[in-house]
Amino acid sequence: MELRLDGVSVEVAGRALVRELRLDVGAGEVVGLIGPNGSGKSTTLRCVYRALRPTAGAVLLNGADLAAMTLRDSARVIAALTQESHGELDFTVEEVVALGRTPHLPHSRALSREERELCRRAMARVDVGHLAGRGVLTLSGGERQRVLIARALVQQPRVLVLDEPTNHLDVRHQVELVTLLRSCGLTVLVALHDLNLAAATCDRLGLLSGGRLVTTGRPADVLTPELVRRVFGVDATVVRHPRTGATQLLYDLTTPAGTAADGHDDAGPTGDAIAKGIRP
Amino acid sequence: MTPDVNSVPGSAMPPVVADAEPDDRGSRRGGRGRLVSALVLSAAALLVTVMAGVALGPTVIPLDQVARYVGAAVTGGTINADEVPAYSIIWQVRVPRVLLAVLVGAGLSVVGVAVQAMVRNALADPFVLGISSGASVGASAVVVFGLFAGLGIYAVSAAALLGALGASVLVYLAARGRAGLTPLRLVLTGIALAYGFQAVTSLVVFLSPNYQAAATVLFWLLGSLGAATWGSLPPAAAGVLCCVVVLLRHARALDVLSMGDETAASLGVDAMATRRWMFVLTSVVTGLLVAVSGAVGFVGLVMPHLVRMLVGSGHRRVLAVAPLAGGCFMVWADIASRTFFSPQELPLGVVTALVGVPVFIALLRRHGYLFGGR
Repeated sequence: MELRLDGVSVEVAGRALVRELRLDVGAGEVVGLIGPNGSGKSTTLRCVYRALRPTAGAVLLNGADLAAMTLRDSARVIAALTQESHGELDFTVEEVVALGRTPHLPHSRALSREERELCRRAMARVDVGHLAGRGVLTLSGGERQRVLIARALVQQPRVLVLDEPTNHLDVRHQVELVTLLRSCGLTVLVALHDLNLAAATCDRLGLLSGGRLVTTGRPADVLTPELVRRVFGVDATVVRHPRTGATQLLYDLTTPAGTAADGHDDAGPTGDAIAKGIRP
Repeated sequence: MTPDVNSVPGSAMPPVVADAEPDDRGSRRGGRGRLVSALVLSAAALLVTVMAGVALGPTVIPLDQVARYVGAAVTGGTINADEVPAYSIIWQVRVPRVLLAVLVGAGLSVVGVAVQAMVRNALADPFVLGISSGASVGASAVVVFGLFAGLGIYAVSAAALLGALGASVLVYLAARGRAGLTPLRLVLTGIALAYGFQAVTSLVVFLSPNYQAAATVLFWLLGSLGAATWGSLPPAAAGVLCCVVVLLRHARALDVLSMGDETAASLGVDAMATRRWMFVLTSVVTGLLVAVSGAVGFVGLVMPHLVRMLVGSGHRRVLAVAPLAGGCFMVWADIASRTFFSPQELPLGVVTALVGVPVFIALLRRHGYLFGGR
């Protein structure tokens, strides 16, 4: 299923968070959104899983405007892993995963045997089967993240939207997750902080800065030293993975000349004042 | 090989949990067996409680006699002339009172569950949205100024209901923002307006020409089932029944709602719309209950937590067990209120808090129960 962001703009309280964003995600394609903090990645994704309504433009699903569909209908097609913190109630892992069936079930009908089996296998797939009876509030951040991924899988979506899915995950589970994204056959739109993981995972990347799409293209074309420097303010050397050939960045940790002075000037006086216990 | 998540079971997913235990393990927290046993237990407890509630009181009436009187009243049988006083105590006073206790306990517990999910806050209770303080404005106006005198004994109830609904409308209008009804706004507006309504109640009492009226208002605020009659049952019963049925039907939406608005959107639940109808439903039912029982605190806050400790957090289980457990609790609280200092009646709110708080804290400490994180 094909996803298209057609000139999406989001304005909240007079501030433009996303402007005129145009991005296509082809059927079965894995597209990554990268960009510094506050560049509009999460806001964009919110429009796709419908926690936000674009102020202008539209999100199209196979050409049909999402805004014209009921939430329930779109949730049958689009599943999301949000950044939202868990609620306050201590549901079991099993219960949380089963909620993925919500858009498919009328009111409060219980899960069928097939659906329970589906839940069980989704849990096994992200390695949380052994936690089925545990309360979600007792889990570690990474375990909880995997539970939410299982819930998204149980939704049986055609499109998967993930906001920083590798947060809290250890290396093994990060690798397993991106492998899953690549192998699941779904249309995937994912926001990632880790540029190397993004480059290794995604077919294409969209680079955001200040709510605008700077460029889009294959990882090798987007992650150039110039763009990385311009958008992220970091010096990086681009290399190819010796075995897979994937584009990877090596960060140059000696601070770039221009930014060093700025950063120091900003932090300096405050730091001194605190160290000496002086009140302003 | 690429296992397809998108396919229905039966396809090539890794058989990792082939040796997993069956789903209905009794030991699992919130397991199916546990729900059934909790349901059976609390239903049985409620039955015993209701019988005890009818038999016990300043005059204890043996159970066989109780059964005979109730049987006579229901089937239209006959009793001896010398049994008439005992019969009237049972049929005219105790049975309606116990039934009202069940309704109020059940209703407040269920509404408590719903409100906690609605505003996503474990500290919320049916009164957090200013409903009880609104009702107390109405009730005190009747007691002090004699409004609605034409309604006779129902004047206080009617005024309390009006006050409760008026308060809900005010809270709704004040909390509504461009982003809709957000949980935090709802709670903050409710709490702020509650202070306002309390001030108005105090003002009314302050202006009252006599002390008797002030004492009556205070007593009403602490809750009592002393005014229970058969006539006071139907509105409360209809409200509570409707509330339980509707909420049970939307139990999954409540689960989703309690996880956050973004999660709700991604699972196809419109959080704003759900909150809107839940607000209306819980306000009306709370108003109906407050009108007949005053503002009985504590039950709506604590019963939801007690029930979650027993059956887990899933709302289908919680909503099924909460009315039974809440009804039980309230009947015993009422028995205590009318027997301990007989012939004086202890305000119901005093009993629910004095008995409930220590029990709740003990349970909280024993189970390592979690709400709001570790």
